[in-house]
Amino acid sequence: MTSVAQITHLTHRYGASFAVDNVDLEIPAGCMAGLIGPDGVGKSTLLALISGVRKIQQGTVQVLDGDMRSSRHRTKVCPRIAYMPQGLGKNLYMTLSVFENIDFFGRLFGQGREEREQRIADLLQSTGLSPFRDRPAGKLSGGMKQKLGLCCALIHDPDLLILDEPTTGVDPLARRQFWQLIDRIRSRQQDMSVIVATAYMEEAESFDWLVAMDAGKVLATGSPAELMTQTATDNLDAAFIQLLPEEKRRGHKDLIVPPRVNVSGGPPAIKAEGLTMRFGDFTAVDNVSFEIEPGEIFGFLGSNGCGKTTTMKMLTGLLPASEGEAALFGHVVDANDLETRKRVGFMSQAFSLYGELTVHQNLLLHARLFHLPREKISGRISELIERFKLDEYIDALASELPLGIRQRLSLAVAMIHQPEMLILDEPTSGVDPVARDEFWELLIDISRNQNVTIFVSTHFMNEAERCDRISLMHAGKVLASDTPAALVEARGVETLEAAFIAYLEEAASENKTSVTSTNEITESSAVSANSQKSQQSGVFSLQRLIAYAHHESLQILRDPIRLAFALLGTVILLFVLGYGISTDVENVAFAAYDQDHSPESRAYIQNIAGSRYFIERPAILNQDEMNRRMQSGELGLALEVPSGFGKDLKRGHTPELAAWIDAAMPSRAESVYGYVQGMHAEYLASLARESSAPSVKNTMAAIEVRYRYNQDYKSLYAMVPATIALLLVMIPAVLTALGVVREKELGSITNLYATPATRLEFLLGKQLPYVAIGMFNFFTLLILAVYILDVPLKGSLLAISLGALLYVIATTGLGLLMSSFTRTQIAAIFGTLLGTMLPAISFSGMNTPVSSLEGGAALMGKLYPTSYFMTISRGIFTKAVGFVDLYSDFFALAAFIPVLTIASLLLLKKQDI
Amino acid sequence: MRHIANIFNLGVKELRSLYRDPVLLIFIFFAFSFMIYAAAKGMSQELNNASIAVVDEDRSALSKQIINSFYGPYFKTPELIQFRDVDKQMDAGNYTFVLDIPSNFQRDVMAGKHPAIQVNVDATMMSQAFTGAGYIQNIINGEINEFSQGIRGSKAESIKLTSRYKFNPTLNSTWFGGVMEISNMVTMLSIVLSGAALIRERERGTLEHLLVMPLTSLEIMLSKVWAMGLVVLLAAGLSLRFVVQGVLEMPIAGSVPLYMLGMALLLFSTTSLGIFLGTVARTMPQLGLLIILVFMPLQLLSGGSTPYESMPQIVQSLMLAAPTTHFVSIAQAILYRGAGFDVVWPAFLALAGIGLVFFIAALLLFRKSLASA
Repeated sequence: MTSVAQITHLTHRYGASFAVDNVDLEIPAGCMAGLIGPDGVGKSTLLALISGVRKIQQGTVQVLDGDMRSSRHRTKVCPRIAYMPQGLGKNLYMTLSVFENIDFFGRLFGQGREEREQRIADLLQSTGLSPFRDRPAGKLSGGMKQKLGLCCALIHDPDLLILDEPTTGVDPLARRQFWQLIDRIRSRQQDMSVIVATAYMEEAESFDWLVAMDAGKVLATGSPAELMTQTATDNLDAAFIQLLPEEKRRGHKDLIVPPRVNVSGGPPAIKAEGLTMRFGDFTAVDNVSFEIEPGEIFGFLGSNGCGKTTTMKMLTGLLPASEGEAALFGHVVDANDLETRKRVGFMSQAFSLYGELTVHQNLLLHARLFHLPREKISGRISELIERFKLDEYIDALASELPLGIRQRLSLAVAMIHQPEMLILDEPTSGVDPVARDEFWELLIDISRNQNVTIFVSTHFMNEAERCDRISLMHAGKVLASDTPAALVEARGVETLEAAFIAYLEEAASENKTSVTSTNEITESSAVSANSQKSQQSGVFSLQRLIAYAHHESLQILRDPIRLAFALLGTVILLFVLGYGISTDVENVAFAAYDQDHSPESRAYIQNIAGSRYFIERPAILNQDEMNRRMQSGELGLALEVPSGFGKDLKRGHTPELAAWIDAAMPSRAESVYGYVQGMHAEYLASLARESSAPSVKNTMAAIEVRYRYNQDYKSLYAMVPATIALLLVMIPAVLTALGVVREKELGSITNLYATPATRLEFLLGKQLPYVAIGMFNFFTLLILAVYILDVPLKGSLLAISLGALLYVIATTGLGLLMSSFTRTQIAAIFGTLLGTMLPAISFSGMNTPVSSLEGGAALMGKLYPTSYFMTISRGIFTKAVGFVDLYSDFFALAAFIPVLTIASLLLLKKQDI
Repeated sequence: MRHIANIFNLGVKELRSLYRDPVLLIFIFFAFSFMIYAAAKGMSQELNNASIAVVDEDRSALSKQIINSFYGPYFKTPELIQFRDVDKQMDAGNYTFVLDIPSNFQRDVMAGKHPAIQVNVDATMMSQAFTGAGYIQNIINGEINEFSQGIRGSKAESIKLTSRYKFNPTLNSTWFGGVMEISNMVTMLSIVLSGAALIRERERGTLEHLLVMPLTSLEIMLSKVWAMGLVVLLAAGLSLRFVVQGVLEMPIAGSVPLYMLGMALLLFSTTSLGIFLGTVARTMPQLGLLIILVFMPLQLLSGGSTPYESMPQIVQSLMLAAPTTHFVSIAQAILYRGAGFDVVWPAFLALAGIGLVFFIAALLLFRKSLASA
């Protein structure tokens, strides 16, 4: 048997802990190979290393006849590998529709429009997603998301398909369909190899070849039959448990549910009556009623998206019911009822703990929020840590835990306050069989011994069998509700799973929309396998760049509020800043401290009060008042006239006046100083003219001041071109930075790692739509400036547009650069604002010309694109200059583009570390 | 008591989250150290190092004397250019001022012919142009008088005016820039942190998780207010101590604790504002844009970068509702002018009032958004 992947001495560690510990493995080609093992034993890491998504630390991985360390080989085989990461819809874009998601992958793999449409139609039909073609991925149920993820992975007919727990959190029916789908694809493509990690042993039983893993090491390999023979067991579950080292096996026994004995009377713990939830015209939950007694374990079964989660949310008060009523402990559910909340523990389906806190910190936080007595907290936490076997993860960040461990932590958190009722939404999906049994042991214990009511939804039939009663739900309705045994009997079948599927199929046949297309193998899908492989790999592909650009544009268009803010915000800011910022110093508050009260002193004061620069405030009466009023900032100028001023002036003794200028704001103080000196000189001149003293001569020469470019000296003319420069840096940069960091934070960056897209294509593709937005903003601003604000554009429209284009490319590039070293969106926003606002406002010549800056500020100004566009914008608006006069600024601006792109390129990684 | 414990514990959680984002911490450090320094050193709006050129067609002793009278720190050393280059050089923005001394200027002055000297000013360089033109006129007049009479200002004045700069006698602009930049950073960081913390909880589903616990929306909000406020307050306090007082050597006239109290009030408003924006925006990119939209006017129109009283009346009235306007006035009054609480209390009152309004508005909106989630 040839092998698809050969692994030798592979070791991978996170900090001090080994995820993969010196593993040697040869995975046969052309078959279904399964990785089985408990949570956190390194299955996911191994798959990521095989797919080339994660960077190899130690050892070698040979996949499809080449070394995965070599980036050349990775580029070459990338189009032949498909990788689907763990977690529901991790590689999907939630705002995009089903079709658009698959289409994006098709484009990344270089397929033409016709080919894509045909393949997508095939895939949708064979997965039963056709009716949901235009639904956003975010609104799909978990099982549908996984199917969509698979469609995305299969769009390019890979030779090696790597699936990381693809059916975790997916209902039995959908799971069955999923594997049927894989089988069909494999029957079409005989030579395709599939590597799957799974926690479901019954699935693994049908695989060709298995790897049993534990603690980063391989326990055994071989076909399921071989493993069972080796361990002398008759099912894989048992076989696996036998393979585990002695100390882990200990304590595991078959679980027996003792019957409920103390059936108490009293009000039901949960009572739902006619609960209905509508979202628009879609009814998610339709007239659901049930009663759950205290201490009962009540199971909720149903296909994905049937309304289980919605029902649970209504019970917890997270969603107000459209109709009907729910009561917990006899109290009607009320979102503001804190007392009831304390008696309930809730675990939601999506992981909802704080990823940036450690396991211990998460437990501690919740213990405190539920006000456990201080002295009991540490005891309770260690108890839970022991029960849920979290001790080796105690200081690990929650976000870095393997899926199964996270679920355990979520459960521990839900139980920390020893609630009387637990509402658990698929608590064990993704948890390995051993841990699941342990978990149920715990549930049974608290139900039987502490009379805790448990309301749980699950996809595992063996779990459903352990419930006292179960309800089967489908399409928002409860189909049947009884004890598991009674349900099996009612359908006349052998197992609960069969009963469940029988109920579902009956319901499905009544309304044909949902699950009918499962077993059809369409003929057309066979065709697509033969269609030419049009994938290119390596080098630069314009098509993939366009794929990213198209895909980013779609996401922007799906978020009309963002788009509106981007456009409207620009307009509002132009008005506010264009009108509001005024560098002229006017209307400075001034008051006189006139100790003389003579006609002369009044005349002098009047001379200043009458100017447009100063506004007179009530006179100052004493020294203290003057100090106080200046201190508070009320007065910008205080004029002190000594007593005897008038007399002295008349006698020809030169009287002395004091002008106190508030210098808290030095630039204003300087202007005020200039005004005062000027008015003083004017006053002297007018005095001289009145007395017509011959000795006083006017100046020897005339000084003609010509204010050029802005004769009226209007702030607006200078500020509007500057504001345009300012707005075209901040908004495009922040948007671009977030566009990239968002993918990092939400996980879809994996698509860059796992597809043939290169970093340059990714970056430029991301940048392009924002350049377009930037240019649209520019033209809007230009039109507003010229037609609404009446700021004339004296120079060439073409030149300023070219300048704006270069500038917007540079500023979006700045955003890309910021995004390449930030990991969270908060950091990206703050960093980009820091990196744009101060340099653009202070160091780019908006108020102070760059030529007047010194030291670091001057350097920053020269190394910042805004300085050059500021010159271009002001020059073309006010001075009627053209490209020829400003060519050096254009060149400088253009030079930023390659520099920024190369820097971003170098900082962006093509693999996860 | 339980409420306070909840608020405390949730706040500690916020601090821990922040601690896990090293890049953000580096940005915060950078913002309150280098950026403050750079802004202080670079942001001088008064005349400083203005570029000037002279077309000397006279080449006389007087013209030389005039040219030599322009020197630092106000002006760069004047460059001599040809008349035909004036337009080109000014168009390119190379010089803010260009003097044109006509031929026979000295002779005409001495002959009492009252010749004209031309000063070309690039008026797109707003503040510098205006202040500079005044300086230039004074300087030229002085030089001509001195030249013609041998003594500067020999002419006796009938009134003597002494102008004194109060609170910053040397007109050190770095003091101004540094402190105002702290206000800017405080405003920006607090809005970003609190708004983004909320959006992050929403995007990751942890908000829902909080809501099934016995917590009220008031507690959730207050925890963010105090935690983010504390981080920013601490950073700003250290920055004031080590960057402004330490490196920039600014003497602080008033009480630092009083100033910090004012800042705490500002933070109450701005973190509430952040939460308000975080509730309005549904995604991080929306928040980013909203922050720009709100923060820019808050910063540029607060009086911290241009004189408040010179803005159009309507803008002034609108900006009275902005917390930054009051804080800038508090900061200036306390730090530069040494004002005490007896002087600045009206601004404190205004700030507290605005904070309360913002907080209540944010709380109501937050509650409403939770109910409809």
